[in-house]
Amino acid sequence: MSGPILVLVELGSGDGAGTADRVSLETLAFARSLADGLGGAPVEALLVGSDASGAAAALGAHGVTTGHVVTDAAIAGAYAPAAWGAALAELAGARGAVAIIGPGTDRGAEVLAHAAARLGAPLAANVLSATPGDSWSVTRQRWAGSLLEDATLDASVRCLTMAPHAVAVDERAGSPAAAVASFAPAIAPADLLVRVTGHEPPSKGSISLTDAKVVVGGGRGVGSAAAFSELEELAELLGAAIGVSRVVTSNGWRPHTQQVGQTGQRIAPDLYIACGISGAIQHIVGCKSAKRILAINTDAESPIMALADYAVIGDLHQVVPAVSAEIRRRAG
Amino acid sequence: MRVLVCVKRVPQTGGRIVLTADGQAIDTKFLGFTISPHEECGVEEAVRIIEAQGGESVVLTLGAAAAEEQLRDAMALGVDRAVLLETDGSEWDPVSTAAVIADTIRAQEAAGGPFDLVIFGNESADSGGFQVGIRVAVALGRPVVNGLKGLTLGSGSITARREAAGGGWETYELPTPAIVGVKEGLNLPRYPSVPGRLRAKKKEVERITIGASGSGPAAVSGAPTGPMKSMLRLPQEAESQVEILGRGAEAAPAVVDLLQKIGVVAR
Repeated sequence: MSGPILVLVELGSGDGAGTADRVSLETLAFARSLADGLGGAPVEALLVGSDASGAAAALGAHGVTTGHVVTDAAIAGAYAPAAWGAALAELAGARGAVAIIGPGTDRGAEVLAHAAARLGAPLAANVLSATPGDSWSVTRQRWAGSLLEDATLDASVRCLTMAPHAVAVDERAGSPAAAVASFAPAIAPADLLVRVTGHEPPSKGSISLTDAKVVVGGGRGVGSAAAFSELEELAELLGAAIGVSRVVTSNGWRPHTQQVGQTGQRIAPDLYIACGISGAIQHIVGCKSAKRILAINTDAESPIMALADYAVIGDLHQVVPAVSAEIRRRAG
Repeated sequence: MRVLVCVKRVPQTGGRIVLTADGQAIDTKFLGFTISPHEECGVEEAVRIIEAQGGESVVLTLGAAAAEEQLRDAMALGVDRAVLLETDGSEWDPVSTAAVIADTIRAQEAAGGPFDLVIFGNESADSGGFQVGIRVAVALGRPVVNGLKGLTLGSGSITARREAAGGGWETYELPTPAIVGVKEGLNLPRYPSVPGRLRAKKKEVERITIGASGSGPAAVSGAPTGPMKSMLRLPQEAESQVEILGRGAEAAPAVVDLLQKIGVVAR
């Protein structure tokens, strides 16, 4: 039997604190399907956290045989990318792992890069599928998923991160709990130099772009910072958040925190109203998960129309105020 | 203060990606090129730091001879000089890229003194490997953190902030010399001025040829390389059938009918 597949499992934050986060559970589902292709290789997990033992045991339902837990406060007290990467690399060596897989999150990508660099192994980021063999064949995302790359990964330890939301969580009730093993890695002081030293809570009151059910989007066609008042009026009537394309933030019309796209936020609202947005792929990758898209654009041939479910052909400066007025009229 | 910023030349893709017939690259016949977006903010940050503190900023790229265009763009914004690691234009994997950049940083520092800060983009827009800056930091034994949208330089240290997974921000302290991976939103890059563009034409680009023509990255790095690309493909996207609700302001009642139908506006 082959050595184990080792998965980095992140713990959630806020309401999800103390349990594995969703992208990590997706990564375990992917690892379980890979294990079947490796003749039933075990799936083992690394968790870092002073209270991670409960979360580790619960991973049995996600196919994990052993959850290795680092609880040492020097490492587990605050996120430290180099130390976590070193721990992952050391554990992979100790267990004879054939692959190390992390969630394609900020932390997952960072820790896997540290581990791969230490092991002198290649790393494939944002993988969608993999076929084991002498060298592994992988399909991974480029351009934030607008383009796919078929590639080979040739190393004794294959390092990859899993593209978020590419596979479903595979939880099987009635599975035995995972064995929980304490792991005490040898961490050099230099690897603890960089660690989280402070937190700032999210600003209260505003509607979060990533949680909003309705997003009113503005692009180049809005034309100026001042003209966003028309979109704000509609957003307020709908209880919507404002999202914008990259040209809007590059022009300084709106803050970067409102950017939707490859270099901004990924959103998945019930309705996205795209006003004066042509639909460059940079923007599309951020909004294509919306359930419905209504495009308001003067150009019936713009790329956004290929993605839109509904469209109004016209100048947003006439259409948007007219829609706001109609909503008010019907509300009486 | 000495700051190095590493950038990558990438195509401006616009509305849709078209691949070459052999599936090995994006067809760039009709496309312009740009500095990868996160790195544009890295260039701006390097210029601001040197404006405030004095010293020297340097921009570095690995790529074809044509990547000089992006080095000139960076110098037009105020970067002092440039280093071009010139390849034959073939694609370089992250392991080999990082190995060559680490060697170049060692050589540049031996000649001109240490860099207090080396700035990378969090990930390149095109290949999205999420690793070159970290590999360079591990090779050089320097502290590194990725994903930054805020940087404050102190004396001998850097305070950095990035968005936390559950909302809000987390902060890091790094001793210098350090390496950082930055994201767009770190700052709002300036537009180049005409005098800036003229000055950039006269600034120095140091050219270093990497590898013999056609030798490729594997001959350079010595380390296991990869992932090795075999083919690019466009994902299958279901094209939606768009329903035109109307034209101009007269479409407003049809739009509100839809908003009521899907429950966004109360009936």
